[in-house]
Amino acid sequence: MKSLIQKLTETFSPSGYENAIREVIRREVEPLADELRVDALGNLIARKGPSTGSGPAKGKKRLMLAAHMDEIGLIATHIDENGFVRFTGIGGIRPQALTGGRVRFVNGAAGVIGIERLSDPSKAPTLEQCFIDVGATSPKDCPVKVGDVCGFDRPFLDLGRRLVAKAMDDRIGCAVLIETLRALESTPHEVYFVFTTQEEVGLRGAHTAAFGVEPEIGLSVDVTGTGDTPKGSRMAVSLGKGPAIKVKDSGMLSDPRLVAWMCAGAEKARLPYQREVLEGGTTDAMAMQVSRAGVPAGCLSIPSRYIHSPSEMVDYEDVQNAVKLLTALVSKPIEW
Amino acid sequence: MPAIGNAQLKLLERLSNACAVSGDEGEVRKIVLAEIEGRADEIKVDALGNVLAIKKGSERKRLRVMLSAHMDEVGFMLVADDGEGIFRFEVIGSIDPRQLPGKAVLVGRDHTPGVIGARPIHLTTADERKRAIPVDSLRIDLGPGGKAKPGDRATFATPFRRVGPSLLGKALDNRLGVATLIELLRNAPPNVDLLAAFTVQEEIGLRGAKVAAFALDPDLGIAVDATPAHDQPSWDGEPAPFYNTRLGLGPALYVADRATLSDPRLVRWLTDSAEAAGLPYQIRQPGGGGTDAGAIHRARAGVPAVSVSVPHRYPHTAASLARLDDWKNTLALLHTALTRLTPAVLAGER
Repeated sequence: MKSLIQKLTETFSPSGYENAIREVIRREVEPLADELRVDALGNLIARKGPSTGSGPAKGKKRLMLAAHMDEIGLIATHIDENGFVRFTGIGGIRPQALTGGRVRFVNGAAGVIGIERLSDPSKAPTLEQCFIDVGATSPKDCPVKVGDVCGFDRPFLDLGRRLVAKAMDDRIGCAVLIETLRALESTPHEVYFVFTTQEEVGLRGAHTAAFGVEPEIGLSVDVTGTGDTPKGSRMAVSLGKGPAIKVKDSGMLSDPRLVAWMCAGAEKARLPYQREVLEGGTTDAMAMQVSRAGVPAGCLSIPSRYIHSPSEMVDYEDVQNAVKLLTALVSKPIEW
Repeated sequence: MPAIGNAQLKLLERLSNACAVSGDEGEVRKIVLAEIEGRADEIKVDALGNVLAIKKGSERKRLRVMLSAHMDEVGFMLVADDGEGIFRFEVIGSIDPRQLPGKAVLVGRDHTPGVIGARPIHLTTADERKRAIPVDSLRIDLGPGGKAKPGDRATFATPFRRVGPSLLGKALDNRLGVATLIELLRNAPPNVDLLAAFTVQEEIGLRGAKVAAFALDPDLGIAVDATPAHDQPSWDGEPAPFYNTRLGLGPALYVADRATLSDPRLVRWLTDSAEAAGLPYQIRQPGGGGTDAGAIHRARAGVPAVSVSVPHRYPHTAASLARLDDWKNTLALLHTALTRLTPAVLAGER
């Protein structure tokens, strides 16, 4: 699974430009799915299990499992007369995570991020004070034009139990979905594994995918923060203590029946888990929950440090336990 | 090929001078309905007040293209009568409060003239002049007997003018788009089904386009709008890196704004069309802002969408300024691109 995680995280696909990652994931899931389609916004939708049409039988549900395949990135806004590239963010970019970083454009061009001389060096620069140096000397020899998109360039790092990469948010969720699909021998449910687009700019892919799939249960698989770093946020989630079952984040209250179902599933399978309350941020589950006439929704989270930096860290056992839990959950009939 | 001549400029003048603050778009809707009568297979006004007009093509394998232009404009609403023709008001849509004092306005459906009063410089202190006056300290003054009531809308009173190569008016955002869409409907190419949506309530959150896109259920969507140009010469001659768009460089194509990441296939289709026809275009600087495309692409199970805007300086103030040539090139690009539109555009790689 580590090589899959490496492959997924080293692919460049910022929001709106998910071509490359979609092809990587498509190659993984094509032999495993009963049906595969790409919708108008580029969501990759893989079905496993019987297609029931409307009104499945008792205990059998139409499930949507969503992991977003886009990542945060930068987009060029201006090429100046010396070939420097000005940019703005796609998704939640923090300027303090940029300086000295390297970027890779979707068209293959690479560059390094520089900043203007700061009048007050004790303050973080604004995005407007940053630029990308792609080695050009003028707009003419600049390989980048206005509107071109790039992601952080940082190789996958295997620390043994801990794994570090850019775009762990949410390629780790994609990896969990792929491995669950692989592990799932049979299911009574109609399960849609949805690799969504444009999550980082506002859950846009999940919004339209949920309308199209029309699930009876929506579950996202995404990263969540932790409270286990020096003087970090106060949060009762740690790396290595198991996948986190979301009770609440700032955009969604999980359906209590789903939380109970997931916790009971973990206990039955003797898998570690943590209950999660995230005070800032949300996931695709928020979009699924308010789709059409409403969908019971929840989220299985992978605890992650340094989210939205070029080096996001997860615990490999948490990841493997998430696959085990999700597989156990969707293998059996769901009663409530 | 549609062209912009005196008739189109007269129409833009009527549209710009009409008052249609978000939620009260009737005056523009009336003009639109009169102008497109008999030019579409189906015309209706939906529950929120959008004008939806469908002009079917005649060729086989046609894409259903939604073109959206919002009819509403930013403005004001009277909220309390202080007596003697003086009213408190709120801003509808986004307007910088610093733009308000001393401006003439038109109130209500009868266009009753009034002014947002300002204390003359003789009676202010140096300290007071440093601060913006909050909207709740401002009043619209119609004079005693001024015919108005709370709930009435008001707009800036700037009449449309032609100024050299430029167009000047209070509501070029987005009567430029409305006039463009009327011309496209009148000259609809046979290879597409043109679904025209003249939308309401864009300035307060893309509300009209949301329901219009649900109803029309198109294959792709294009928002036709007007976007800021912040391209004035700088004091030190250094080119500024943040200008959004520039006047005179042609229609502005969107790659990304706060509401939408344009479908890359549609951006390529537009740039290829412009280059094939020898028409100018510019990429609007990615950043903030939003158009009806933000609502259209999220409709139902998703709609590939893009935006094309006429650049203009000073939008959301009493008077904005666009170049006639940019408008002409925007209409020409949209028309030429539509004539080249086939299902292959959406079948290709993103």
